[in-house]
Amino acid sequence: MGLLFIDGNQAVAMGAMHAGCRFFASYPITPASNLLAAMLDTLPAAGGIALQGEDEIASIGYCLGASMAGMKVMTATSGPGLSLYSENISFAIAGEIPIVIVNIMRQGPSTGSATRGADGDVQFMRWGCSGGLPVIVLAPADVNDCFTLTVHAFNLAEQFRCPVIIASNKEIGMTSGTLDMERVEKPAVLDRTLHEAGPFLPFQVKPGEDVPPFLPIGGPILVRQTSSTHGPDGYITTNPSEIQAGVERLQRKIDSKAESFSYFDLEERKGARTLLVAYGVTAGAARTAAAELSENQNIPASLLILKTLWPVPEQVLQAAAVGKERILVVEMNLGQYLQEIQRVLCNQRVDFYGKMSGQLISPTEIIEEVTRG
Amino acid sequence: MDSLLNSDRPPVFCPGCSHDRSVHTLDRALKEMGLKGSDVVIVSDIGCSGLFDTFFKTHAFHGLHGRALTYAGGIKLARPHLKVIVTMGDGGLGIGGAHFLAACRRNLDLSLLVLNNFNFGMTGGQFSCTTPEQASVASSFLNVLEKPFDVCDAAVCAGAPFVARSSVYRKDLPELLAAAITFEGFAVVDLWGGCPARYLKKNPLSPKEIESAIEKLPPYQGVVSTNRRREYSSHYREEAAKKTAGVDWHGIEKTFEPTVNERREVVFLGSAGQRVITGGTLLGRAAISAGMNVTQKNDYHITVMRGPSVTEVIVSPQAITYTGVGKPDVIIALSKEGVQKRWGLFERMTKRGRIILAAGVEIPTTDAQVEEVAFKAGGIKKKERALAALYLMARDRDPITPEMLEEALQQSFQGKRLEEARLVLEKAATVLTH
Ligand code: SF4
Repeated sequence: MGLLFIDGNQAVAMGAMHAGCRFFASYPITPASNLLAAMLDTLPAAGGIALQGEDEIASIGYCLGASMAGMKVMTATSGPGLSLYSENISFAIAGEIPIVIVNIMRQGPSTGSATRGADGDVQFMRWGCSGGLPVIVLAPADVNDCFTLTVHAFNLAEQFRCPVIIASNKEIGMTSGTLDMERVEKPAVLDRTLHEAGPFLPFQVKPGEDVPPFLPIGGPILVRQTSSTHGPDGYITTNPSEIQAGVERLQRKIDSKAESFSYFDLEERKGARTLLVAYGVTAGAARTAAAELSENQNIPASLLILKTLWPVPEQVLQAAAVGKERILVVEMNLGQYLQEIQRVLCNQRVDFYGKMSGQLISPTEIIEEVTRG
Repeated sequence: MDSLLNSDRPPVFCPGCSHDRSVHTLDRALKEMGLKGSDVVIVSDIGCSGLFDTFFKTHAFHGLHGRALTYAGGIKLARPHLKVIVTMGDGGLGIGGAHFLAACRRNLDLSLLVLNNFNFGMTGGQFSCTTPEQASVASSFLNVLEKPFDVCDAAVCAGAPFVARSSVYRKDLPELLAAAITFEGFAVVDLWGGCPARYLKKNPLSPKEIESAIEKLPPYQGVVSTNRRREYSSHYREEAAKKTAGVDWHGIEKTFEPTVNERREVVFLGSAGQRVITGGTLLGRAAISAGMNVTQKNDYHITVMRGPSVTEVIVSPQAITYTGVGKPDVIIALSKEGVQKRWGLFERMTKRGRIILAAGVEIPTTDAQVEEVAFKAGGIKKKERALAALYLMARDRDPITPEMLEEALQQSFQGKRLEEARLVLEKAATVLTH
């Protein structure tokens, strides 16, 4: 086997195929369009369905219908389209509908610059839903991550019955790189847990568990799905304690398991006084910068690359920050994830470097920021 | 067959609401068709019509306002055997107009019942897309200003192959609904009824008056022969079965040893039509055949056939972390607009840098070694220049060799295209010698 020369969007498509994706729908938008093309090249020939929806709302709507009918589903868009997904993301949270959403971020706000990258949706992906309950957000840094994290995204969506967002960026999605299929990490593929025996209530969890077993719409046993506040039977409830128990469970089912899917890379360097924290495409520049500082400038810096952004991997952050004099957060926006890190490391000095000009942050800029101290 | 009504949850509409009648009529249709609850999914919209799914013992999907047709589409494509029935009010039809038109055009086998009562009942009697101009509603005078939407006219225009309009009070309505559900394709039934809690209060409308109003309109009674065509889901599967998978899981094998031991940054600066992106990809594939890592990033106008075209390729025997270009090792400057797009790059180059410059293209002063190439005089066409520049790099074995380049051509082209590419290299070898 050799090296594949593909871009991040194509690597996401391959990860999706590996994970068993059977249904894809999206609306063309730069820089996510070639993911639609890749899925159209792949999925129908493999017996699945790939659709171009009439708009973004429809695209995610088709996916939610197909997911409830039992298929693994994915959609892809960029900031303007993510805005249109918002109401259906809330629905996927409320209705516990597994779905992978790929957000190839571009410079914003609004229409912004379609062909320039940024990481400006980092808070939006977490909070762009009504009700404020959690979603999972994974951030690939290169084509390898695009493959591996997409498999993880499907696994998490299926296991937790929730939307999982892949926070990519034009600079990853539309940049080609080399992918070694033999070496790339291929997580074991997981499916949603099915209801096995006994009477079925669509949102009833087993004792001690937080995720209701699934049955598809269209099988022999009747299934209900609803966007309304519901009890375990899937009918509207107005009982305050049932409502409260329901929303607490939706929060707990993800937050309490966060450590089990806190993906990250840590480059710990002896004598490092600074901890660099980065994610996405900026992680590459930070790697180059940290290596240069340590090897050639005798200023060892440790580097934490976050691949799970939401829920915030608090323990990972705390462990990596132990003994550091300074935490430097670098991101392609005006300081968004910074706020989470300041919150988690509230007793430490947390500095920020970032920009949202459509240009990559370079290793030189990071080195200057570290040495400025 | 038994009724599919949910005995635990009888309808809870206001007294006299026509929705109550629609629920029972739909049940009679399903019963007459002999359908089991598990054969059917009711996809309901928002508003009073959004309660429909709860009154039936069938599969049920209650989603967001106006989007019912989208969920129904996903369910139908995933489970083609299901009878998918969508209930939506005139409100849902208005807000979901794009989905309605798309569903008519697409012709998936769904049955849409528009429970048309000319207003938003649940939210207080505001006007909808079907409210008559002369009606008195809760949106002040706004409905006076807008022309109501004819559901059936629009459905036929958009391509729906089954379109019917009926009063909910019509005697043979169960048969009509059964015909719509049985029809293999998208079926729309515009069902007119009354909302006594809101609309009828100020706009009295008896069942008889509804019947006679419908009679005055062009008749829509089912199959629209001019719109009959293949059902989408079965047609999709038939077309999909003809496709062969377009994914290469194999990649490019390592056949050669790398000729460089550190990162090289190569930037092509050209214009649309000069095939610079193809040139960059060929360079990448050539380097991969020596087991090197490669990244490639393109920049071109959104109007793709005009303007500058830039591609940045990084090749490296080591892992590539930063994918941006710092100090380019090679710039291939093929056009003025390409050079202008990256004017600042030239001053970052060092003395070891190499510029392959198409004769006549102006560049800023630079420390790098400039190699002016008379492509035009040598008869090398615009679309051949990026490839001809690769010949120069291959000849000097940095960062690729002629063997790697030949391998990349074989990976990328076949037949005539491959022959043409080889001819470009031969031409370059003859005319571009020092
Ligand atoms: S508000 Fe109108 S449409 Fe809704 S249940 Fe009452 S009468 Fe029927």
